[in-house]
Amino acid sequence: MKFKTFAMFVGPSVFLMLLFIAFPLITVLINSFQVTQPVFTTQEIETCTPGFLTQTCTTEVKTIPVLGDDGSPITTTQWVGLSSYANVLGGDRFTRALADLNMGAILQIDFWKALRFTLTFTLVTLPFVLGLGLAIAVVVNNATKAVKGPVIFISLLPFIITPVIGALSIRWLFYGDGILTVWLELWFDTDLSIAANGWAVEFLMMFYRIWHVAPFAFVIFYAGLQTVNQDTLESAIIDGASRWERLRFVVIPHLMPLIVFITLIHLMDAYRAFEEVIGFSSESQRITLQYLTYDYLRPDDAGNRQISSASASAMLTMIGVVILLAAPLRRTWRDHRG
Amino acid sequence: MLIRKLALAGAFALSATTAMAACSFENDVEVKTLSAGFEAWKAVTDAMAECGNVQAELDQEFRTKQPAAFAANPSLYAVGGVSNGTITPLLNEGTIRPLDDLVEKYGQNLSPNQLIRVDGQVMAIAMMVNTQHMMYRSDIFEELGLDAPVTYDDVLDAAAAIQEAGVVDYPLGATMQSGWNLAQDFNNMFLGYGGTFYNEDSTPAVNSEAGLKALETMKALTEYMDPEYLISDSTYVQQQFQQGKIAMANLWGSRGGAMDDPAESQVVGKVGSSAAPIAEEGNAPATTLWWDGIVIAKNITDEEADAAFRVAMEGLDSEMVQANNGAAIWLVSGYEPNDMAMGAIATATADPAPVSYPSTSQMGLMHTAIGNELDAFFTGGRSAEETLAAIEESYTSAAKEAGLLQ
Repeated sequence: MKFKTFAMFVGPSVFLMLLFIAFPLITVLINSFQVTQPVFTTQEIETCTPGFLTQTCTTEVKTIPVLGDDGSPITTTQWVGLSSYANVLGGDRFTRALADLNMGAILQIDFWKALRFTLTFTLVTLPFVLGLGLAIAVVVNNATKAVKGPVIFISLLPFIITPVIGALSIRWLFYGDGILTVWLELWFDTDLSIAANGWAVEFLMMFYRIWHVAPFAFVIFYAGLQTVNQDTLESAIIDGASRWERLRFVVIPHLMPLIVFITLIHLMDAYRAFEEVIGFSSESQRITLQYLTYDYLRPDDAGNRQISSASASAMLTMIGVVILLAAPLRRTWRDHRG
Repeated sequence: MLIRKLALAGAFALSATTAMAACSFENDVEVKTLSAGFEAWKAVTDAMAECGNVQAELDQEFRTKQPAAFAANPSLYAVGGVSNGTITPLLNEGTIRPLDDLVEKYGQNLSPNQLIRVDGQVMAIAMMVNTQHMMYRSDIFEELGLDAPVTYDDVLDAAAAIQEAGVVDYPLGATMQSGWNLAQDFNNMFLGYGGTFYNEDSTPAVNSEAGLKALETMKALTEYMDPEYLISDSTYVQQQFQQGKIAMANLWGSRGGAMDDPAESQVVGKVGSSAAPIAEEGNAPATTLWWDGIVIAKNITDEEADAAFRVAMEGLDSEMVQANNGAAIWLVSGYEPNDMAMGAIATATADPAPVSYPSTSQMGLMHTAIGNELDAFFTGGRSAEETLAAIEESYTSAAKEAGLLQ
């Protein structure tokens, strides 16, 4: 292809990538090293609040932002170096816990708590997604033509459902007096409170993710299975290879690039998990790194949001994704170069 | 048949136009409102809509949307529904206007109690008060020979007796959902023990005797609750009550009406209410007072503000209150308190009376810090002292980033 043609095809995409990905990313990076604060002043203010019958007025010293000539608060922006990062990582609490080698105290700091859960969540769900996806693909591939269509449709359903709705439907099966909880209670003759148990919530969140993502792996593997070299398979049968050996030595090596592809996508997606926390209201038990960023960004009742910490937390999440992806990416790179 | 249906539809359409006439003037300026979505706001915005050209948005996420929407020029909404907790960012950023001249022009029916003055200027018009009240199953209390609890010790005793009798799944319910709700539950108890949240120089002060006592009492109460209390918000507690699963809860006054709604509730007429319990003898009930009301945006033209205020006054008239008497504890004239409102009114008029929620920039940060750090205490990983220390550290680092502490 001529360079000019190539540039004309790729140009718009590069432009949009710069505009919507690179530029915001740079802004977030800069924000994570800066803090923007309103200028505060203290003033004695009388505030009156209604009781049921009469008002009570109190005079107190309040800290309020100074308004500029245009009517909006005056703000100052300072470079603060890595202090927002230190803040997110836990500051003094972290260094103290580290000095005492106190793992429990470290895991009570939001960032480390989130990192612990996010990593477990990502790494535990990965083999299940790959295994389950492959299993469904092999089964569907061997099913008779008549049932193939409906089976594919049903297997894809969890992937089509809106994530939050999927999470909520599993939550409703188990939380409170959910149908499945009631069954389990009858069965084992005990009183269960799923939402009160951190590990049970963690298990449900992983279960939901596997249930939701396995169909994606299935579709990719199923497509891959259509291109397996039938001659090789036949010669393997003649050589006396069992079904398992054919899968192990012919099919899986053929699917390897797809396995790496799904691993890449899943690591990236699962590390940025968010909807599970909302769907299962797991804030008190388990949080993810993405949720942490959201929590910093959410304004409190006084309208304050921690933009600098949120940016730092977002950058740390991104660095985490890059580290996780390094191994599979290196492998693809090597394969690519032959 | 079809003709009869059409005639019926026509009659409905006619009645709709007569409802329009309930407004004393015809509004021809577009007025948009943004408020919370509970029953009382629905009543008020419906009454406002009778004047025509009113677009009401009722959204429980209003507290997140309001500051940015009002800071726009022109403001995205003319009327905002606020509470004493959510008015702070609007006041701080100067995005709402003083209402003195409008009150003089159109506010003849307002009582002085409704005018929220900040530094002498009327900044908001209050329409209702909200606070917590103790709701209890009067039938169970009667059966077991219990009195309505006055202090938290009484609550614990009553809960033990109810547990013993085994008449409900769990004796107690509480709005202890992780985050804002849990923090507010702590705030109530903390103030009940006479605590102060921060010092004059904005440094935190929750790591105190009052903080320890508040956590201790809360932990004791959770023994009698559904173990899933960390996901239970006001609606969850309301439903537990309506389905007869709990026997007591210190719940928002605005949730009382739902107990006697036969469409939802299985305990109609069986729920009594009394003042929010006292944590420590001689102190005010362990709760905070809230008001809800309206503000008018600054970044709109005077004509729009004029129309918005007139429409709002129509929404807050006695006619509306009489039609929706049970929806809230109204401050508007014409309100007749019903039995269910007695508990909340007793809370609000207690002596000493509970303070109103201390809405300040510091308190916003403190509320978030408390909400984030209390989880570890209730899920068992952390002692009360460590938790309070963690709240202070979390608050300090947020306050430094916000510029409130150096």
